[in-house]
Amino acid sequence: MSIAITLATMRRILAQLRHDHRTLALLIGVPALLMILLRYVFDQPMVFDRIGPMLLGLFPFTVMFVVTSVATLRERTSGTLERLMTMPLGRLDLLLGYALAFGVIALVQVGVVLLISLTWLGLDLSGSLGSLVLVAVLDALLGMSLGLFASAFARTEFQAVQFMPAFVLPQLLLCGLIIPRDDMATWLQVISDVLPLSYAVEGMQEISTRTDFTPTLALDVAVIAAFTVVALLLGAVTLRRRTA
Amino acid sequence: MRDLRVVRGGREVLHGITCDVPRGSVVGLLGPSGCGKTTLMRALVGVQIVKGGTVTVLGEPAGSPGLRRRVGYATQTPAVYADLTVAENLRYFGAVLGAPRTDVDRVIDEVGLGTSRDQVTATLSGGQLSRANLAVALLGTPEVLVLDEPTVGLDPVLRQELWELFRGLAEQGRTLVVSSHVMDEAGRTDRLLLMREGRILADGTPDGLRSRTGTSDLEQAFLHLIAEKAGSPT
Repeated sequence: MSIAITLATMRRILAQLRHDHRTLALLIGVPALLMILLRYVFDQPMVFDRIGPMLLGLFPFTVMFVVTSVATLRERTSGTLERLMTMPLGRLDLLLGYALAFGVIALVQVGVVLLISLTWLGLDLSGSLGSLVLVAVLDALLGMSLGLFASAFARTEFQAVQFMPAFVLPQLLLCGLIIPRDDMATWLQVISDVLPLSYAVEGMQEISTRTDFTPTLALDVAVIAAFTVVALLLGAVTLRRRTA
Repeated sequence: MRDLRVVRGGREVLHGITCDVPRGSVVGLLGPSGCGKTTLMRALVGVQIVKGGTVTVLGEPAGSPGLRRRVGYATQTPAVYADLTVAENLRYFGAVLGAPRTDVDRVIDEVGLGTSRDQVTATLSGGQLSRANLAVALLGTPEVLVLDEPTVGLDPVLRQELWELFRGLAEQGRTLVVSSHVMDEAGRTDRLLLMREGRILADGTPDGLRSRTGTSDLEQAFLHLIAEKAGSPT
């Protein structure tokens, strides 16, 4: 593993995105648009204050999942991964390069949505801005690492895109956003307990209702980070130097 | 390379290949499409799962970490980032290899891509793309270059130039393994490995093969060898 190679990889991924204006516009614009829609669909500041932050964690997660799974699949199918595997690049260099690049993108994405939410849409946040950004970026990295891992099981971009509903929608139903987790049947709660998005949403709930950095929030952050690291390591296992 | 066997897609595609490549020479790997050239090259750079046999490059097992800076590889289908410019691609691969920054301009010059330096590779022509792909393999100072059909789709002038480049590299002591299915390129190599259906049909200098088969044309020599093989009980 080498810092120079990791940083070169990050710069390369950002350069790719810079050339792809439409993807960049979608990455930044879609979450902002959804947030604006959400604000006026409910049209009740109280409801928006409660649900807004949860969605702030959800957008980067979903978007990064899709973008990363397609990006890494492309890397596998275009032969560039094989080429890199003949070079002195460690698997972690590649994964961390992706993590850093998409972390930067997530920061910009969350920054824009936050700016719009706090000014124009009048979002009222109880907790600190810093912890909200922290959880949102962690969610983005979680989506990225799951996307990386999922891409190993896709052979085509069609399949990779289908993984989004498969990985994300069940989590969305069970994470407590639609129905509070306490109101679910026990077996659903158990499943919900082992899905990372539940912690992402719980973390955001804490930030939107509490002013201090609660122990629950600390636990949520730790769980999301742990899931991210495990998914990245599993992703590393799926990057093989030798293939058939 | 000793008794190399490779199975791909449930079928054995290399049936025990044994050969040596001397340093500082240009070795041509020739044979029809599907004869196992690419598989052999993949084994040489250590990305192919092999069933049996050993491949040793510069005294180390193929694919060892120590070889990753010393062996350059260009795949047949261009493996560059389509959404980056030629120079951006080379800068990135150069950084991974730890090559000096000046290498980018050197290799662009070597493959004659000066005018499309800042063009996104997705918009390059087939020939330009394959040259961009070749340029990546030339980054740094690889002692061994494994080039899979580097001259496909190029005009004769450019092909001539590339073969001169390969010759120059060999004179610096680098070893080149170049595959092709065009017989007229075979004459430019120091040594030829003729492959067919996962086996090495002949191994020798172009002149040696011509005189052995009594033909002046390597295409004829190849046909002669196939007929000879079919006629013999082994």
